[in-house]
Parts: sequence; structure tokens; C-alpha cells
Amino acid sequence: MNDAVIEIERLNTRFGSAVVHRDVGFSVRRGEIFALVGASGCGKSTLLREAIVLQRPQSGSIRVFGQEVVGMDDEQALPLRRRWGVMFERGALFSALTVRENVSMVLEEHADLSAALRAEVAAVKIALTGLPADAGPKYPSELSGGMRKRAALARAMALDPELLFLDEPTAGLDPLSATGIDELVRHLRDALGLTIMMVTHDLDLLWRTADRVAVLGDGRILGIGTMAELSRSDDPLIHEYFYGPRGRAAREQAWNRK
Amino acid sequence: MTPATTPPEDDSADIRPGATPAELRCSGAWVLHALASLERRVAALPVPAERELRIDASAVSSMDTSGAWLLHRTMRALEARGATLRLEGLRPEFATLLELIAARMRAQRPTEAGAPGMLERVGRGAWEGLSGALGLLAFVGESTLAVVRSLANPRRIRWRPILYNIQTAGFEALPITGLLSFLLGIVIAYQGAEQLRRVGANIYIVDLVGLSMVRELSPLITAIIVAGRSGSAYAAQIGTMKVTEEIDALRTIGVAPLDLLVLPKVLALAIALPLLTVYTDVMGILGGMVMARPQLGVSFSTFIDRLGDAVSLTSYLIGVGKAPVFAVIIALVGCYQGFQVTGSAESVGRQTTVSVVQSIFLVILTDALFSIAFSWFGL
Repeated sequence: MNDAVIEIERLNTRFGSAVVHRDVGFSVRRGEIFALVGASGCGKSTLLREAIVLQRPQSGSIRVFGQEVVGMDDEQALPLRRRWGVMFERGALFSALTVRENVSMVLEEHADLSAALRAEVAAVKIALTGLPADAGPKYPSELSGGMRKRAALARAMALDPELLFLDEPTAGLDPLSATGIDELVRHLRDALGLTIMMVTHDLDLLWRTADRVAVLGDGRILGIGTMAELSRSDDPLIHEYFYGPRGRAAREQAWNRK
Repeated sequence: MTPATTPPEDDSADIRPGATPAELRCSGAWVLHALASLERRVAALPVPAERELRIDASAVSSMDTSGAWLLHRTMRALEARGATLRLEGLRPEFATLLELIAARMRAQRPTEAGAPGMLERVGRGAWEGLSGALGLLAFVGESTLAVVRSLANPRRIRWRPILYNIQTAGFEALPITGLLSFLLGIVIAYQGAEQLRRVGANIYIVDLVGLSMVRELSPLITAIIVAGRSGSAYAAQIGTMKVTEEIDALRTIGVAPLDLLVLPKVLALAIALPLLTVYTDVMGILGGMVMARPQLGVSFSTFIDRLGDAVSLTSYLIGVGKAPVFAVIIALVGCYQGFQVTGSAESVGRQTTVSVVQSIFLVILTDALFSIAFSWFGL
């Protein structure tokens, strides 16, 4: 049985003459929290955008739920998009709608529920992400950065997806909110059997939640494995990433917890 | 949902009384797609007479957050009626989910604000209208103060943005304003020709076109086009800067947004609009002249000879003199609406529309007031 949810093979992406991905390949297994890390501008977010059919690579193959998504148009991607949720880096909440409307709008499009039931389900999703009840009727511009992130997660979770893409889920959050998010991510995975693919810089988040991590650099995968395995890697770029001052602090904290 | 993506076991999602009255049986896929039908079944459950209820959930095949919430809500509702519940057979991963939902829902105190009533909506609307008018008034006052301040200290006037605004709002508007007033001249001459020919007063086409263009139409049409072109741009620019916190950044750097963003626009438009009006005067009369020759046989030289008598200097100055007033209205309304933007992309669009509608309205209103005032003074 093939239990890979995302399979990427020989992926090549170029912007003009700048090569972003050179024969990149890896797969994400069902039920795991997979993280993609790397320096800024190394093409992590581009890869994520290619997997969710917002951008097209020059060549290569990306299969999600066993279906080839490279070259799909929006209409073909729709059945797949219903099965995954995406949380964008800056939230991308619709500014003209309240938080509750942001969530219930997704339900309205894709689920056959009465208005009252929809409002209640939306309230549940909002509660799930740890937002207070009075956040529902507020507009995104009235929320703090951390609350906006949670609201974006609530919208991504609206249809109870099997696969969740998170772009920088904790960027710009205070440590307490960030901890809340990584607990939430783990909880959701354990309880729902979600597969989560995230792009992140947050080493604490990596140590706490990620089952496997791929390090992207120089246009290729420098290393892939658990955090413990990667931290023993002798690749200089990976070493620099995990043994820089911040990396060390996060690692020590992770050991202390154990 | 399309049938292809609906799991087959959806139909069996169910909750019903079990073998004994003290038992409830849950089964099937407790997921979002089945939620509507499940909720109906929950509502149709007979009120259990027993004090102690056993909920058998061993037949639940799958569960997501929506399903878990419905189970949670059903259990809380039963407990509220005084029943003691015992949940059995739920798979451990679903139990974890149920606990997560229970914990999160408990952390949340329900606060329901009702929709505002009729009276409240009227009140809010009135208050918004009033505070909008007061805000505009305050903004005009602040801008006047800023003008006075910068005139007292002319070296602090920012010339570059003024020149830039003269170029974008004035020079770049030449083709469109010129074309439109030329067409307007043609239309007036064409419509007037019919009437004048009937009474044999062909030469008075010069008075008709000249006076109406110079005194009324040319300043008005120019102001309306500039309000649509530049007033909207001012509102959108300042509004977007407000959304991206650039206005706040200016304040922290110690630059008054009014000095940098509003004054140059007001001054530039106050210079550009009269110049544009002079130009549209010429283009409009040219249009009338072109139409007068074939329609009424008034040659170009006859037309120009007559123009000096038809249009007095007073009329000409009145027309051009209105332009700076219109300019100040357009620039101030545009900038003011820009500052009224709050946070969202939709708000930028709304305030931009409001700025155009409001400035055109105020321009026409002011023009009407001018007409009344001039006839009062017999000009």
C-alpha cells in the first residue's frame, strides 16, 4: 500500500536565469508532520505554492493523494483542494468579512448545512484554534497578528481537511501563542490523523512537532530525516542551520524537556 | 458535495435509542458531510426517561471536528436535562478529539450580540453622517493652518511633490480634458445651430458657445474629470498608505502627513486646474467654431472677430476664477477620504468611490452657489 500523501520527483523551478529547485524530490507520508526548512529565499514557499497548484514548475512531478498536480487548472484542482487546507504566511483572511464569515464562507461553498448549523460549526473551528468567542464578529483588521494567524488556521480547518499546508505558522507570534499553535498542530494530527506539511523557520516548532524535516538549500534537498538525525549531519549548511546560536538554544531546550 | 468525494458510509451516520431505554447508539461516519442529517436525527431523539444513560459509540467509524462537536453538544444537552452519561466504546483517537473539543468549548464563554434594531441603525447612520461632516470640517481647518504655517515659512514648502503633482494631475490630463471639451463645444454648437438658424441669428452662435463654455461648462467639465482622475487617486494612495501603516511611519519619523501628502496636492491642483481650464476654454470654443462653419456658415475669422464682444473679460475671469476653488475642494475631499480608510482593501475602494461622488457633488453645489452670488452682485 502506498501511504505517501505527497510525492515530489525531479522538480525543477527557475525564475528567469535563477534556479530555485534542481531535481528536488521527497515524499510526505500519511499522518506525519513534515517540515520544510532552509534559508530565506531558498524556494520553500515556492515549493509549497507548486504543491497547492498556485504556481507551475518548469519540469518534474508532484503527486498529491496519488494525483499529478503539475499542469492542473483550477477546475481540475477543485476536488483536491476540498481535501486540503492552506494557511498562508500573512493569513490572507478576507478583510471585508468577519472572522466567523471567513470560516463559514468556506462551509457555505462546500458543505450543505443550514445557516444556523454553519454558524455553530464556524464557532467550533474558531474555538478549536484557541480564539476567544468575541473574536468571531470581529474583522481581521481588528485582530492582533497572532489572532489573525489563528483565524487563518480556523479557515484552513473549515472543511476538516486530510492534509494541511502551513506557511510559517508561528512567524510573528509571541512565544506563548507559538507554543499554543504547535500544541494545536500536534493535537490535530493525533486526533484527526491529519497529514501536515509546513514551511517554517521556527526551530522550537521543529523540535516540538516535526516528525521529519527536509532542509532545502542550493536548489536541492541537503538532508532529510528527524531533527535528531539532521542535527548529527555533517553537511556544513545543515550544521550552520542547527548549530547557530538560536539553533543551539532550541536544541538544548528540546533535550531538557526530554 | 459531488457524490465522488462523499464517503459511502455517510448514509449510516446515525444516533438512535438502543436495545434498552437507558441506551443510545451512535454509528457511522460522524463527519462534516453527514452533519446536517445527523443534527436532524439528534433533534428527533425522544426525550430519555432514564436518569442514567449509556452511550454506545463503538460503531462510529470515523469522526472529524464537526462530528465530535455534535456529539459533545448532544451530550451537554442531555446532561442539562439532568441525565448522567456514560460514554462507551469510542475509539481512543476519537475520544482524544472529543476531549479537545470539550476543552476548547469550555474555554470559550458564549457572548451573543444581537443584530442592531431599526432605531439603532438609524441612530448609527445619523451619527456617522454627522461625524463625517465634522471630520471634513476639522480637516479643512487643519489644512488651512498647515497652509498658513508653510506660507509663513516658505523654505519648508516641498516643491518636488508639487511639481510632480502638477505633471500628473495637470499635464497628463491635457489629452482627455481637451478632447472632451472640444466635443462639448461641437455638441453645443450643433444643438444651438438648429434654433439660431430658425430666427436667422446665426452670428449669435459665438455668444452661445463662447459664454457657456468660458463661464460655466469648461470649468465644470474640467473639475469633474480631474475629480475622477486625480481626486480618486489621492484617496486611493493615502488610503493604501494608511493600510500599510506608512502614514504612521511618517509620523514616527517626524514628518507631518498633512505637510507631505496633502499640501503639495492642494497647491499643485490649485495651480494646475486654472491652467487646464484656460486650455479647455480654447478647445471648447474651437469645437464650436469647427461646427459653426458647416452648420451656420460662420467663417473662422467672423467667429473670432465676434468672440471679443461676446465674451467679456469679467465672464472669462469668473470662469477661470472658479477653478482654484474647485481644485481645493477636489484635493481636500480626496485626501480626507483617503485618511478615513480603516484597515481593509474593501475600505480603500469604498472611500475612493465616496471621494469621487462627494467631490463632484460639492463642485456642482459650489458652482450653483457661485451663480446665485454673481447674479446677486449683477456680474
